[in-house]
Amino acid sequence: MTKPSPETLAHAIEKNRATAAAVKPAAAAAPVTVTGAQSLVKSLEALDVEVIFGIPGGAILPAYDPLFDSKVRHILVRHEQGAGHAATGYAQASGKVGVCMATSGPGATNLVTPIADAYMDSVPLVAITGQVPSASIGSDAFQEADIQGITLPITKHNFLVRTGADIPRVLAEAFHLASTGRPGPVLVDIPKDVLAGQTTFSWPPVLDLPGYRPTMHPHGKQIREAARLIQAAKRPVLYVGGGVLKAQATSALLELAELTGIPVVTTLMARGAFPDSHQQHLGMPGMHGTVPAVYALQRSDLLIALGARFDDRVTGKLDSFAPDAQVIHADIDPAEIGKNRHADVPIVGDAKHVIEELITALKAVPQLSYTEWWAALNDLLTRYPMGYEEPSDGTLAPQYVISRLGAIAGPDAIYCAGVGQHQMWASQFIKYEKPATWLNSGGLGTMGYAVPAAMGAKVAKPDTVVWAIDGDGCFQMTNQELATCALEGIPIKVAVINNGNLGMVRQWQTLFYNERYSNTDLGTHKHRIPDFVKLAEALGCIGLRCESASDVDATIKAAMEINDAPVVIDFVVGKDAMVWPMVAAGTSNDEIMFARGVRPVFDEDDL
Amino acid sequence: MAKHTLSVLVENKPGVLARVAGLFSRRGFNIDSLAVGETEHPEVSRITVVVNAEDQPLEQVTKQLNKLVNVLKIVELEPASSVQRELLLVKVRADRPVRSQVLETVQLFRARVVDVAPDALTIEATGTAEKLDALLRDLEPYGIKEMVQSGLVAIGRGSRAITASPALRVAAA
Repeated sequence: MTKPSPETLAHAIEKNRATAAAVKPAAAAAPVTVTGAQSLVKSLEALDVEVIFGIPGGAILPAYDPLFDSKVRHILVRHEQGAGHAATGYAQASGKVGVCMATSGPGATNLVTPIADAYMDSVPLVAITGQVPSASIGSDAFQEADIQGITLPITKHNFLVRTGADIPRVLAEAFHLASTGRPGPVLVDIPKDVLAGQTTFSWPPVLDLPGYRPTMHPHGKQIREAARLIQAAKRPVLYVGGGVLKAQATSALLELAELTGIPVVTTLMARGAFPDSHQQHLGMPGMHGTVPAVYALQRSDLLIALGARFDDRVTGKLDSFAPDAQVIHADIDPAEIGKNRHADVPIVGDAKHVIEELITALKAVPQLSYTEWWAALNDLLTRYPMGYEEPSDGTLAPQYVISRLGAIAGPDAIYCAGVGQHQMWASQFIKYEKPATWLNSGGLGTMGYAVPAAMGAKVAKPDTVVWAIDGDGCFQMTNQELATCALEGIPIKVAVINNGNLGMVRQWQTLFYNERYSNTDLGTHKHRIPDFVKLAEALGCIGLRCESASDVDATIKAAMEINDAPVVIDFVVGKDAMVWPMVAAGTSNDEIMFARGVRPVFDEDDL
Repeated sequence: MAKHTLSVLVENKPGVLARVAGLFSRRGFNIDSLAVGETEHPEVSRITVVVNAEDQPLEQVTKQLNKLVNVLKIVELEPASSVQRELLLVKVRADRPVRSQVLETVQLFRARVVDVAPDALTIEATGTAEKLDALLRDLEPYGIKEMVQSGLVAIGRGSRAITASPALRVAAA
């Protein structure tokens, strides 16, 4: 119940201070007199910020003046939501902190969705917002919104800067909080008078975060206990979550998996953390996971959860999830451990340290071979591979488009999905081999994430091919950022999987609402409104269209040839394709359907 | 469900109470009582929260509280090993015929009269929630015109201080 011992606390504080000092190793310069805005920009420069996505406005205006002369690149987006998701995409692709900036009031509230998105997916994000002048705060002034209050539940921490002297320290603290421990978004709200007023700037500042001390290294006793359970298990599974990517622990994971021969499943947030081509990889678990991955969790006697959080989309009905399994749960956030599922061995620590220490502990003991377990799993892998049926109406299968896209663009490209059917197909039918090549909105499920996040990823990795795979519903939420891409020289590629409908909602209407398609037809097929090719051209992009399977490869290759402008392909696909396998919401994983009306047959005798 | 008394040591900064209270409501916990004040370190505040929860949800909310950057330390104070007190001010109808009976009740509970009007007495009492409930039950027949209660405050028994860790000294320095 209490926090770590006082000694640990004092040590952590010293470490915080050390980190602050390490922010910029250069000798501390003498304080100089500057405006608050200059102090902000100097702080961002000292923090090695490469790019900011934002839009100026009244209250943040003072900051934009020194930014004009700064080495920090500012990318003028078309909507603040785009700025937030772009910063998220940048952070996800680069591992660095993404930065977005907006003015007070509506500028700040437009950041709420991407901030909530980054919070759910633990993305290191710093949002800087202008605020009305200090004297006007609380007076319902023009463009005033209590963004600190609004973002309290969706930020790791947030600040309202009260004096210019605090700016360097608050910025350094914001970056430190965003990027360490369990990463997350931090908002810094700065009133206009603080930006405009005179202050002094000196660097590095001293961090003052006595209540913040993430545990990086796992407890040795817990590692030993985990190793003991692993040795005793007959049907263990490595249940890998996004924390493994955040901790850059993918090589360590590969070593652990190969050392032990334990099967691996990667959650939606962890796609790419373990190579899809690896024979120990069973695929993604959960609502639209593979049959072998779902089955492995359900029948397991030991779940080794690494940086995963037992999300409802993975567990299905919680009280029937993995009923025979003991649980080793390693996470850097102690609050995730035991939140949804009791942990027999809780391990608090950074996934990389945890995995490395597990490897050391397990190397010292003989390994089991899990022959029977693999026989059962290999049988399922053979009988229930990921697949799809060709549409009976002759329309283009969206799964085909996405699998061809993955095959042609290859494992070095970055794939960035919106939310819905296309997202699930993109997670199922593209082979991810490397970390940070799959970006999506997992926790919040934010439609409209793909285009701006792809923009951010492309800015982070300009030499990498970046594909946004979007639905026609999602695309209509944030496609205006293509204008930003066209003007700023950010040549992303967008595959609009256009089924004319809000496809995932329609799928549920098909399955659970007697095919009553209330408000899911977007008219993008029937009326071709909007015409995505014309829309792409209007936004300064190349627009292509593909309506038949025979044209898919050629169209994708044509897009791959274009590197000086953003490209949009309107893939006109059938509206009746559904995402399978599926565990219906609120049901047990045991009820997984391989395809409509097809329950997998599990051979219980194998176990 | 059982009542738990949590002492939450926080940085004495604007908005910290809102963060703590917001977290309780957001995670679906009802706060029975809340008291906030400075500690012997002016830069550290102490929030005493009484919450009704089973052990497992309580552990979850404690972990979530620990994640708040401004929270320095959380200690659960068990009733047996701590002193727990609330303050009650109550205005009771007490005209001539019953006044002496009201005063007798006040004495029995070691409460104090802090204001006198021709037809009413204002009584101050401190104690555990049970004692104050008992006092109110005894006063009720005379007619309670108005009452106000503080949140519970609590401190561990013995010489050890939960605020004595080096972390708090640094925070307060």
